[in-house]
Amino acid sequence: MIKEQIKDGLWKQNAGLVQLLGLCPTLAVTVNITNGFALGVATIFVMMLSNISISPIRNYVPESARVPIFILVIAGLVTIVDLSINALSKPLYDALGIFIPLIVTNCIVLARVEAFASKNTTLPSLYDGFFMGLGLTFVLIILGAVREIVGNGTLFQNVHFLIGDKYEFLTIQLFDSSDGFLLAALPPGAFIALSALILFLNLVNQKR
Amino acid sequence: MSEYKIILKTISIISLLGLIFAVSLSITFEKSNPLIEQNKIEFKTKLLNEILDGLDYDNDLINSFISVKPNELLKNKIETKAFLAKKNNILQAVLIESIAPDGYSGDITILTAINSNDEIIGSRIIDHRETPGLGDYIDQKKSTWIFNFNGMSLSNRADPDWRVKKDQGTFDYKAGATITPRAVINSVKNTLLFYKENKELFND
Repeated sequence: MIKEQIKDGLWKQNAGLVQLLGLCPTLAVTVNITNGFALGVATIFVMMLSNISISPIRNYVPESARVPIFILVIAGLVTIVDLSINALSKPLYDALGIFIPLIVTNCIVLARVEAFASKNTTLPSLYDGFFMGLGLTFVLIILGAVREIVGNGTLFQNVHFLIGDKYEFLTIQLFDSSDGFLLAALPPGAFIALSALILFLNLVNQKR
Repeated sequence: MSEYKIILKTISIISLLGLIFAVSLSITFEKSNPLIEQNKIEFKTKLLNEILDGLDYDNDLINSFISVKPNELLKNKIETKAFLAKKNNILQAVLIESIAPDGYSGDITILTAINSNDEIIGSRIIDHRETPGLGDYIDQKKSTWIFNFNGMSLSNRADPDWRVKKDQGTFDYKAGATITPRAVINSVKNTLLFYKENKELFND
Protein backbone atom coordinates (compact mmCIF):
# COMPACT_ATOMS: atom_id res chain seq x y z
CA MET A 1 0.00 0.00 0.00
CA ILE A 2 2.66 2.51 1.03
CA LYS A 3 4.60 1.90 -2.20
CA GLU A 4 1.73 3.36 -4.16
CA GLN A 5 1.74 6.55 -2.11
CA ILE A 6 5.50 6.91 -2.57
CA LYS A 7 5.24 6.48 -6.34
CA ASP A 8 2.23 8.79 -6.65
CA GLY A 9 3.60 11.49 -4.39
CA LEU A 10 7.11 11.63 -5.78
CA TRP A 11 6.51 10.97 -9.46
CA LYS A 12 3.24 9.79 -11.00
CA GLN A 13 0.96 12.33 -9.31
CA ASN A 14 3.62 14.88 -8.27
CA ALA A 15 1.82 17.88 -6.82
CA GLY A 16 4.02 20.52 -8.44
CA LEU A 17 4.66 18.91 -11.83
CA VAL A 18 1.71 16.66 -12.66
CA GLN A 19 -1.26 17.88 -10.67
CA LEU A 20 0.04 21.45 -10.97
CA LEU A 21 -1.59 22.34 -7.69
CA GLY A 22 -0.14 24.75 -5.18
CA LEU A 23 1.40 26.92 -7.86
CA CYS A 24 1.08 30.10 -5.80
CA PRO A 25 3.80 29.19 -3.26
CA THR A 26 5.66 27.07 -5.82
CA LEU A 27 6.24 30.07 -8.04
CA ALA A 28 6.43 32.85 -5.47
CA VAL A 29 8.62 31.40 -2.72
CA THR A 30 11.26 29.58 -4.73
CA VAL A 31 13.76 32.41 -5.11
CA ASN A 32 16.28 30.25 -3.22
CA ILE A 33 16.71 26.75 -1.82
CA THR A 34 16.22 27.82 1.79
CA ASN A 35 12.75 29.28 1.20
CA GLY A 36 11.66 26.33 -0.92
CA PHE A 37 12.85 23.80 1.61
CA ALA A 38 11.32 25.57 4.62
CA LEU A 39 7.94 26.09 2.98
CA GLY A 40 8.01 22.50 1.72
CA VAL A 41 8.56 21.14 5.21
CA ALA A 42 5.76 23.31 6.64
CA THR A 43 3.46 22.07 3.86
CA ILE A 44 4.36 18.41 4.53
CA PHE A 45 3.51 18.96 8.17
CA VAL A 46 0.15 20.60 7.42
CA MET A 47 -0.77 17.94 4.84
CA MET A 48 -0.03 15.09 7.23
CA LEU A 49 -2.05 16.74 10.00
CA SER A 50 -5.00 17.65 7.80
CA ASN A 51 -5.14 14.19 6.21
CA ILE A 52 -5.13 12.36 9.54
CA SER A 53 -7.69 14.79 10.98
CA ILE A 54 -10.15 14.34 8.14
CA SER A 55 -9.73 10.62 7.57
CA PRO A 56 -11.21 9.43 10.93
CA ILE A 57 -14.27 11.69 10.60
CA ARG A 58 -14.78 11.12 6.86
CA ASN A 59 -18.01 9.15 7.37
CA TYR A 60 -19.59 11.94 9.41
CA VAL A 61 -18.90 14.73 6.94
CA PRO A 62 -22.06 15.53 4.91
CA GLU A 63 -21.37 15.62 1.18
CA SER A 64 -22.91 19.08 0.71
CA ALA A 65 -20.83 20.79 3.38
CA ARG A 66 -17.52 18.99 2.93
CA VAL A 67 -15.49 21.87 1.47
CA PRO A 68 -16.22 24.37 4.28
CA ILE A 69 -15.50 21.64 6.82
CA PHE A 70 -12.19 20.74 5.17
CA ILE A 71 -11.18 24.38 4.96
CA LEU A 72 -12.13 24.90 8.60
CA VAL A 73 -9.85 22.04 9.65
CA ILE A 74 -6.97 23.12 7.36
CA ALA A 75 -7.21 26.77 8.44
CA GLY A 76 -7.22 25.79 12.10
CA LEU A 77 -4.17 23.57 11.66
CA VAL A 78 -2.27 26.15 9.62
CA THR A 79 -2.90 28.80 12.26
CA ILE A 80 -1.54 26.47 14.93
CA VAL A 81 1.57 25.80 12.81
CA ASP A 82 1.91 29.55 12.13
CA LEU A 83 1.76 30.45 15.84
CA SER A 84 4.14 27.63 16.75
CA ILE A 85 6.79 28.65 14.21
CA ASN A 86 6.50 32.25 15.35
CA ALA A 87 7.04 31.18 18.97
CA LEU A 88 9.85 28.72 18.25
CA SER A 89 11.94 30.54 15.64
CA LYS A 90 11.36 34.18 14.83
CA PRO A 91 14.05 34.40 12.10
CA LEU A 92 12.46 31.48 10.27
CA TYR A 93 9.04 33.04 10.71
CA ASP A 94 10.31 36.31 9.27
CA ALA A 95 11.95 34.53 6.35
CA LEU A 96 8.79 32.68 5.33
CA GLY A 97 6.51 35.59 6.14
CA ILE A 98 3.10 35.53 4.55
CA PHE A 99 3.57 32.12 2.94
CA ILE A 100 2.89 30.14 6.11
CA PRO A 101 -0.69 31.45 6.50
CA LEU A 102 -1.07 31.10 2.75
CA ILE A 103 -0.67 27.32 3.02
CA VAL A 104 -4.43 27.42 3.69
CA THR A 105 -5.04 28.56 0.16
CA ASN A 106 -2.63 25.99 -1.27
CA CYS A 107 -4.93 23.87 -3.40
CA ILE A 108 -2.82 20.75 -2.96
CA VAL A 109 -3.74 20.50 0.73
CA LEU A 110 -7.48 20.68 0.03
CA ALA A 111 -7.10 18.45 -3.01
CA ARG A 112 -5.46 15.62 -1.05
CA VAL A 113 -8.01 15.86 1.74
CA GLU A 114 -10.81 15.72 -0.79
CA ALA A 115 -9.34 13.12 -3.14
CA PHE A 116 -7.62 10.86 -0.67
CA ALA A 117 -8.23 11.36 3.06
CA SER A 118 -12.00 11.56 2.71
CA LYS A 119 -12.00 8.14 1.02
CA ASN A 120 -9.26 6.21 2.85
CA THR A 121 -8.30 5.06 6.32
CA THR A 122 -5.98 7.03 8.56
CA LEU A 123 -2.61 5.36 7.99
CA PRO A 124 -2.60 5.49 4.17
CA SER A 125 -3.83 9.10 4.48
CA LEU A 126 -0.83 9.90 6.64
CA TYR A 127 1.52 8.38 4.03
CA ASP A 128 -0.29 10.22 1.26
CA GLY A 129 0.08 13.57 3.05
CA PHE A 130 3.76 12.93 3.68
CA PHE A 131 4.77 11.78 0.21
CA MET A 132 2.63 14.29 -1.66
CA GLY A 133 4.24 17.01 0.47
CA LEU A 134 7.69 15.50 -0.08
CA GLY A 135 7.16 15.46 -3.85
CA LEU A 136 6.21 19.13 -3.75
CA THR A 137 9.20 19.90 -1.52
CA PHE A 138 11.59 18.34 -4.06
CA VAL A 139 10.11 20.52 -6.78
CA LEU A 140 10.41 23.61 -4.56
CA ILE A 141 14.06 22.81 -3.81
CA ILE A 142 15.00 22.20 -7.45
CA LEU A 143 13.21 25.36 -8.59
CA GLY A 144 14.85 27.30 -5.76
CA ALA A 145 18.30 26.00 -6.72
CA VAL A 146 17.92 26.80 -10.41
CA ARG A 147 16.52 30.28 -9.84
CA GLU A 148 19.10 31.09 -7.19
CA ILE A 149 22.06 30.03 -9.33
CA VAL A 150 20.87 31.68 -12.54
CA GLY A 151 19.36 34.78 -10.99
CA ASN A 152 21.73 35.54 -8.17
CA GLY A 153 24.81 33.35 -8.59
CA THR A 154 24.45 31.81 -5.15
CA LEU A 155 23.54 28.51 -3.54
CA PHE A 156 22.08 28.13 -0.04
CA GLN A 157 21.48 31.86 0.31
CA ASN A 158 19.91 32.77 3.69
CA VAL A 159 20.45 29.24 4.99
CA HIS A 160 21.48 30.75 8.33
CA PHE A 161 17.89 31.92 8.90
CA LEU A 162 17.00 28.26 9.27
CA ILE A 163 19.90 26.82 11.21
CA GLY A 164 21.54 29.75 12.96
CA ASP A 165 23.92 32.61 12.19
CA LYS A 166 27.08 30.56 12.58
CA TYR A 167 26.24 28.61 9.43
CA GLU A 168 26.28 31.65 7.19
CA PHE A 169 29.49 30.29 5.59
CA LEU A 170 27.43 27.60 3.86
CA THR A 171 26.23 30.16 1.33
CA ILE A 172 28.19 29.65 -1.87
CA GLN A 173 28.73 32.60 -4.21
CA LEU A 174 29.30 31.13 -7.68
CA PHE A 175 29.64 34.48 -9.47
CA ASP A 176 28.97 38.11 -8.74
CA SER A 177 25.25 38.53 -8.11
CA SER A 178 25.01 41.62 -10.31
CA ASP A 179 25.90 39.36 -13.27
CA GLY A 180 22.89 37.20 -12.52
CA PHE A 181 20.08 36.80 -15.02
CA LEU A 182 17.47 38.85 -13.22
CA LEU A 183 14.50 37.26 -14.97
CA ALA A 184 15.17 34.00 -13.12
CA ALA A 185 14.63 35.68 -9.78
CA LEU A 186 11.36 37.26 -10.90
CA PRO A 187 8.01 35.43 -11.28
CA PRO A 188 8.38 34.79 -15.06
CA GLY A 189 11.61 32.93 -14.28
CA ALA A 190 9.65 30.66 -11.99
CA PHE A 191 7.22 29.81 -14.77
CA ILE A 192 10.02 29.09 -17.23
CA ALA A 193 11.95 26.92 -14.76
CA LEU A 194 8.78 25.04 -13.83
CA SER A 195 7.93 24.37 -17.44
CA ALA A 196 11.46 23.06 -18.02
CA LEU A 197 10.96 20.64 -15.13
CA ILE A 198 7.60 19.50 -16.50
CA LEU A 199 9.24 18.99 -19.90
CA PHE A 200 11.91 16.84 -18.29
CA LEU A 201 9.32 14.75 -16.43
CA ASN A 202 7.26 14.19 -19.57
CA LEU A 203 10.35 13.25 -21.59
CA VAL A 204 11.28 10.60 -19.04
CA ASN A 205 7.70 9.30 -18.97
CA GLN A 206 7.61 9.11 -22.77
CA LYS A 207 10.83 7.11 -22.98
CA ARG A 208 9.42 4.41 -20.72
CA MET B 1 -32.74 10.89 5.47
CA SER B 2 -35.05 13.88 5.43
CA GLU B 3 -33.82 17.29 4.41
CA TYR B 4 -34.08 18.62 7.95
CA LYS B 5 -31.99 15.82 9.32
CA ILE B 6 -29.21 16.55 6.81
CA ILE B 7 -29.28 20.24 7.67
CA LEU B 8 -29.20 19.45 11.36
CA LYS B 9 -26.31 17.03 10.90
CA THR B 10 -24.37 19.58 8.83
CA ILE B 11 -24.89 22.34 11.37
CA SER B 12 -23.89 20.16 14.30
CA ILE B 13 -20.71 18.81 12.74
CA ILE B 14 -19.56 22.26 11.62
CA SER B 15 -20.30 23.68 15.06
CA LEU B 16 -18.54 20.80 16.77
CA LEU B 17 -15.42 21.14 14.60
CA GLY B 18 -15.54 24.90 15.03
CA LEU B 19 -15.63 24.44 18.79
CA ILE B 20 -12.76 21.93 18.78
CA PHE B 21 -10.57 24.24 16.72
CA ALA B 22 -11.56 27.33 18.69
CA VAL B 23 -10.43 25.56 21.87
CA SER B 24 -7.20 24.22 20.40
CA LEU B 25 -6.39 27.57 18.81
CA SER B 26 -6.92 29.41 22.06
CA ILE B 27 -4.72 26.92 23.90
CA THR B 28 -1.99 27.31 21.26
CA PHE B 29 -2.35 31.07 21.42
CA GLU B 30 -2.13 31.15 25.21
CA LYS B 31 0.97 28.94 25.13
CA SER B 32 2.73 30.68 22.26
CA ASN B 33 1.83 34.30 22.88
CA PRO B 34 4.19 34.95 25.81
CA LEU B 35 7.02 33.43 23.75
CA ILE B 36 6.07 35.48 20.68
CA GLU B 37 5.89 38.71 22.71
CA GLN B 38 9.22 37.92 24.35
CA ASN B 39 10.77 37.17 20.96
CA LYS B 40 9.49 40.50 19.69
CA ILE B 41 11.01 42.44 22.60
CA GLU B 42 14.31 40.56 22.31
CA PHE B 43 14.36 41.14 18.58
CA LYS B 44 13.58 44.83 18.99
CA THR B 45 16.22 45.31 21.71
CA LYS B 46 18.79 43.54 19.58
CA LEU B 47 17.86 45.68 16.59
CA LEU B 48 18.00 48.95 18.56
CA ASN B 49 21.41 48.02 19.99
CA GLU B 50 22.68 47.05 16.57
CA ILE B 51 21.67 50.40 15.08
CA LEU B 52 23.16 52.29 18.03
CA ASP B 53 26.43 50.56 17.15
CA GLY B 54 27.97 50.37 20.61
CA LEU B 55 26.78 53.79 21.77
CA ASP B 56 27.02 54.10 25.54
CA TYR B 57 23.69 54.47 27.33
CA ASP B 58 22.39 53.43 30.72
CA ASN B 59 18.60 53.70 30.55
CA ASP B 60 16.04 50.98 29.91
CA LEU B 61 15.84 51.68 26.18
CA ILE B 62 12.83 49.55 25.26
CA ASN B 63 10.70 51.32 27.89
CA SER B 64 11.82 54.88 27.31
CA PHE B 65 10.09 56.30 24.31
CA ILE B 66 7.85 59.13 23.22
CA SER B 67 4.83 58.70 20.98
CA VAL B 68 5.01 60.28 17.56
CA LYS B 69 1.71 61.24 15.97
CA PRO B 70 1.14 60.64 12.24
CA ASN B 71 2.84 63.44 10.32
CA GLU B 72 3.82 64.49 6.83
CA LEU B 73 7.57 63.90 7.18
CA LEU B 74 7.66 60.44 8.72
CA LYS B 75 4.51 59.37 6.85
CA ASN B 76 3.49 57.12 9.74
CA LYS B 77 -0.17 56.18 9.61
CA ILE B 78 -0.51 55.30 13.27
CA GLU B 79 1.24 56.58 16.38
CA THR B 80 4.76 55.14 16.55
CA LYS B 81 7.35 54.96 19.29
CA ALA B 82 10.56 56.96 19.11
CA PHE B 83 13.11 55.47 21.50
CA LEU B 84 15.46 57.61 23.57
CA ALA B 85 18.94 56.44 24.59
CA LYS B 86 20.25 58.36 27.61
CA LYS B 87 23.38 58.37 29.72
CA ASN B 88 23.15 59.98 33.17
CA ASN B 89 19.81 61.32 32.02
CA ILE B 90 21.35 63.21 29.10
CA LEU B 91 20.00 62.38 25.67
CA GLN B 92 22.59 60.51 23.60
CA ALA B 93 20.53 59.34 20.64
CA VAL B 94 17.00 58.99 19.33
CA LEU B 95 15.62 56.16 17.24
CA ILE B 96 12.85 57.26 14.90
CA GLU B 97 10.69 55.10 12.69
CA SER B 98 9.69 56.38 9.27
CA ILE B 99 7.79 55.05 6.31
CA ALA B 100 8.70 55.38 2.65
CA PRO B 101 5.35 54.95 0.89
CA ASP B 102 6.74 55.50 -2.61
CA GLY B 103 8.80 52.33 -3.00
CA TYR B 104 8.20 49.87 -5.81
CA SER B 105 5.76 47.73 -3.87
CA GLY B 106 4.11 48.86 -0.67
CA ASP B 107 5.44 50.72 2.35
CA ILE B 108 9.07 50.44 3.43
CA THR B 109 9.49 50.85 7.17
CA ILE B 110 12.82 52.30 8.27
CA LEU B 111 14.35 52.86 11.70
CA THR B 112 16.99 55.59 11.97
CA ALA B 113 19.22 56.44 14.92
CA ILE B 114 20.37 60.05 15.25
CA ASN B 115 23.05 61.15 17.72
CA SER B 116 23.38 64.39 19.69
CA ASN B 117 25.31 66.03 16.81
CA ASP B 118 22.28 65.44 14.55
CA GLU B 119 24.23 62.83 12.60
CA ILE B 120 22.87 59.47 11.58
CA ILE B 121 24.38 56.66 13.61
CA GLY B 122 22.72 54.13 11.37
CA SER B 123 19.54 53.18 9.53
CA ARG B 124 17.90 49.80 9.17
CA ILE B 125 15.00 48.47 7.11
CA ILE B 126 12.38 47.01 9.42
CA ASP B 127 9.90 45.85 6.84
CA HIS B 128 9.57 45.95 3.07
CA ARG B 129 8.07 44.06 0.15
CA GLU B 130 10.47 45.09 -2.59
CA THR B 131 11.20 42.64 -5.40
CA PRO B 132 13.47 39.82 -4.19
CA GLY B 133 16.81 39.94 -5.98
CA LEU B 134 16.08 43.35 -7.47
CA GLY B 135 14.97 46.12 -5.11
CA ASP B 136 15.71 44.28 -1.89
CA TYR B 137 19.39 45.31 -1.76
CA ILE B 138 18.27 48.15 0.53
CA ASP B 139 17.74 45.43 3.15
CA GLN B 140 20.74 45.03 5.49
CA LYS B 141 20.25 41.26 5.24
CA LYS B 142 20.94 41.37 1.51
CA SER B 143 23.61 44.02 1.07
CA THR B 144 25.55 46.78 2.84
CA TRP B 145 23.80 49.56 0.94
CA ILE B 146 21.93 50.89 3.98
CA PHE B 147 25.24 51.59 5.80
CA ASN B 148 25.84 54.45 3.36
CA PHE B 149 23.78 56.58 5.70
CA ASN B 150 26.19 56.19 8.61
CA GLY B 151 27.55 59.57 9.70
CA MET B 152 25.44 61.63 7.33
CA SER B 153 23.63 64.73 8.55
CA LEU B 154 21.74 67.63 7.01
CA SER B 155 24.61 70.01 7.74
CA ASN B 156 27.54 67.85 6.65
CA ARG B 157 25.99 66.88 3.32
CA ALA B 158 24.68 69.16 0.63
CA ASP B 159 21.19 68.65 -0.64
CA PRO B 160 22.17 67.01 -3.98
CA ASP B 161 24.15 64.37 -2.08
CA TRP B 162 20.87 62.86 -0.89
CA ARG B 163 20.28 61.22 -4.24
CA VAL B 164 21.33 58.12 -6.15
CA LYS B 165 24.27 58.47 -8.54
CA LYS B 166 21.91 58.35 -11.49
CA ASP B 167 20.42 61.64 -10.22
CA GLN B 168 23.91 63.13 -9.67
CA GLY B 169 23.95 62.10 -6.00
CA THR B 170 26.33 59.92 -3.99
CA PHE B 171 24.31 56.74 -3.45
CA ASP B 172 24.97 53.53 -5.36
CA TYR B 173 22.01 51.88 -7.01
CA LYS B 174 21.27 48.74 -8.93
CA ALA B 175 20.29 49.16 -12.58
CA GLY B 176 16.57 48.62 -13.00
CA ALA B 177 15.86 49.36 -9.35
CA THR B 178 16.17 53.08 -8.65
CA ILE B 179 12.67 53.69 -7.32
CA THR B 180 13.39 51.78 -4.13
CA PRO B 181 16.62 53.59 -3.06
CA ARG B 182 15.12 56.96 -3.97
CA ALA B 183 12.21 56.28 -1.62
CA VAL B 184 14.49 55.16 1.20
CA ILE B 185 16.91 58.09 0.84
CA ASN B 186 14.00 60.52 0.85
CA SER B 187 12.48 58.97 3.93
CA VAL B 188 15.74 58.97 5.90
CA LYS B 189 16.35 62.58 4.95
CA ASN B 190 12.83 63.49 6.07
CA THR B 191 13.52 61.74 9.37
CA LEU B 192 16.44 64.13 9.97
CA LEU B 193 14.20 67.05 9.03
CA PHE B 194 11.54 65.85 11.45
CA TYR B 195 14.08 65.60 14.24
CA LYS B 196 15.42 69.05 13.47
CA GLU B 197 11.95 70.60 13.53
CA ASN B 198 10.70 68.76 16.61
CA LYS B 199 13.72 68.74 18.89
CA GLU B 200 11.81 70.09 21.87
CA LEU B 201 9.68 66.94 21.77
CA PHE B 202 12.71 64.80 22.50
CA ASN B 203 14.47 67.01 25.01
CA ASP B 204 11.80 67.18 27.69
